[in-house]
Amino acid sequence: MPFPPFQMIAGVPLTWYLTLSAVLFALGVAGFLFRRNIITVFMSIELMLNAVNLTFIAFSYKLRQNDGHIFSFFVMVVAAAEAAVGLAIILTVFKNRQTLEIDEVSSLKD
Amino acid sequence: MQLWLIPLLPLAGFALNGLFGRRLSKTAINAIAVGSVLLSFLWVVKTLSALGVFSGGLTGDPYKEHYYTWIQSGTLNIGVDFAIDRLTAVWLMIVTGVGLLIHIYAVGYMAHEGGYYRFFAYLNLFMFFMLVLVLGANFLLLFVGWEGVGLCSYLLIGFYFLEKFATDAGNKAFIVNRIGDFGFSLAVFLIWAHFGSLDFTAVFGKVQGMPVEPNLGWITAISLLLLLGATGKSAQLPLYVWLPDAMAGPTPVSALIHAATMVTAGIYMIARSAPIFLHSASALDIVAIVGIATAFFAATIGLAQTDIKKVFAYSTVSQLGYMFIGLGTGAFSAGVFHVMTHAFFKALLFLGAGSVIHALSGEQDLRKMGGLRKKIPITFWTLMCAGVAIAGVPPFSGFHSKDAILAAAYEHTPWIYWVGVFTAGMTAFYVFRALFLCFFGEYRGDPHAHPHESPPSMWIPLAILAVLSLGGGYIDIPKFLTPMFGEPHEGEPWLMYVSVAFGLGGILLAYLFYVVSPAIPESLARGFSGPYRWIYNKFYVDEFYDATVVEPLVDGSRELLWRVADVRMIDGIVNGAGTTASAVGNLLRRAQSGYIRDYAGWVAGGAILVIAYMGYMGLKGGF
Repeated sequence: MPFPPFQMIAGVPLTWYLTLSAVLFALGVAGFLFRRNIITVFMSIELMLNAVNLTFIAFSYKLRQNDGHIFSFFVMVVAAAEAAVGLAIILTVFKNRQTLEIDEVSSLKD
Repeated sequence: MQLWLIPLLPLAGFALNGLFGRRLSKTAINAIAVGSVLLSFLWVVKTLSALGVFSGGLTGDPYKEHYYTWIQSGTLNIGVDFAIDRLTAVWLMIVTGVGLLIHIYAVGYMAHEGGYYRFFAYLNLFMFFMLVLVLGANFLLLFVGWEGVGLCSYLLIGFYFLEKFATDAGNKAFIVNRIGDFGFSLAVFLIWAHFGSLDFTAVFGKVQGMPVEPNLGWITAISLLLLLGATGKSAQLPLYVWLPDAMAGPTPVSALIHAATMVTAGIYMIARSAPIFLHSASALDIVAIVGIATAFFAATIGLAQTDIKKVFAYSTVSQLGYMFIGLGTGAFSAGVFHVMTHAFFKALLFLGAGSVIHALSGEQDLRKMGGLRKKIPITFWTLMCAGVAIAGVPPFSGFHSKDAILAAAYEHTPWIYWVGVFTAGMTAFYVFRALFLCFFGEYRGDPHAHPHESPPSMWIPLAILAVLSLGGGYIDIPKFLTPMFGEPHEGEPWLMYVSVAFGLGGILLAYLFYVVSPAIPESLARGFSGPYRWIYNKFYVDEFYDATVVEPLVDGSRELLWRVADVRMIDGIVNGAGTTASAVGNLLRRAQSGYIRDYAGWVAGGAILVIAYMGYMGLKGGF
């Protein structure tokens, strides 16, 4: 006798998960491309990563294989590391420039 | 027998003087330079007597020593081999013997010159290469020596490198010789291609088995290319122009390199390659024609030169022409005989001229000499010995060798004999013209100069060479070389009388013109001012070469090679590569805006493209 939530989820078709994931990913891309605040951009990246995670889990469930779980764990680990490094960078940028405007930080091209 | 010691001793002298000469005293430099050549000469004498050369030995195969394999590639196998046969023996004695005398002379002559150690280092290096040239047992080693003596000649002509005319003369000698060397190297390639070896014994062995080539072919081509090489080194038409200018070097150099030894390398090479030349029907005739043309042409120029060294330079060109006549008419041994006697009397003429120049503190113009007979008697008498030797007065050395050549020429082609005899008359005339202008009459130079006799280190070599010039004709080279070139021909006696008559006539005419009544030559020069100007200006050959070869070459290099090929094409390609890269970079720079969102946009756009492509292929059922 499976645990009730599984029962419940089982009724939701795979396409819904994928659609949700695609929508989330698209939102992430849009946020990344069009927002100017670095923090928001950073959050958009997290959103994209989690959209992909959702796809992994959905397929993993559907195909009854553990690979998807493992990948999503990897993604989470990478995301955690990235968050640590990224936030440190953002902090340093703010300290030096007193701005979080992403277009102000383009001095690498020079 | 340790043949390698012969060239290596001067090389050691070169290394010592060249490396440490700056810090050595003049005495030490002299000891090294002269000592190394003396030891080399003694070693030659010892080796030759051990081989029995002086007692009728070494008549068969050459004595050969193999040291190591120099080049081994496929079937090409070239060893560093030295060999001695009778031909080499003659040259070894001339090179080391006359070379030794000239080294001793140079000690006195160069005493007050700068660059003392440099001079002797080069001179020793020259001895090394010249000895390699004559000892080498294959064409490549001969070529090494050939190029080496050319290098030393260049270095020593340009010895006074602060003077532009000296460096120009050095360049001229080197570049003109390049033309000849080009012919020689092609000949070496052809010999390799045709005979599969460069070793003298192997090549000549093969050529002996071949029939005489009636028309143009391999053997004739090889011979003519070798001849081209010889015309460069031995200053024959049309490449003789460098030798008169080479007199810009110090006088001992003119005597050693540009009279006695190096310029005879071409004769050595042809005599050495005699089997090849003898297997071509036409090559030897061409050698003879080149020889007679050069002998005559250079003698006419010699008639009107006013620089004492230039007179003797043209005389050298002319006498080398005689040697070519000897070779070309098949009398190889007569040609070699003349090489030896010429080495004696021409070295003496140059050294004597050097002594005169030394006495007058650098004056070379015959018009500013005169009456020196009493002032420098030793120089006068030794130069007179050289004069009678070159004029062919019996029984002195030049008479014997010239007579042998002319007799062979008459047997071969009578007209060559007649032109040769006439040239002999001119030779006697211009040599004695120079001597009379120098030693007789009134002194016409700077009245404040005090002509002085040269030191013993200079006049002792002169005296030895004078003895050799007078008596050298009794060293019977043709008989000595019989095992190599066959029995010498005896000419008819009247040939000899005619040539002696022409020689004496030349001397008498010179005496009449320049001692008895000096007005005659002046009125002649006025009366025939046209031809006189041509001769005085050396037939404008230099100007002709300048206009036809040098200037088109320089202009072509400047306009075509520099302004078009180099500036436009080479620089264009190099600069084009640079500007193209920078333009492409400029274009790509726009992609790198520095805005994170731009990069993200590129990533997103790329992802969309990939997805679209994959979707499209998927729909088509592709991949």
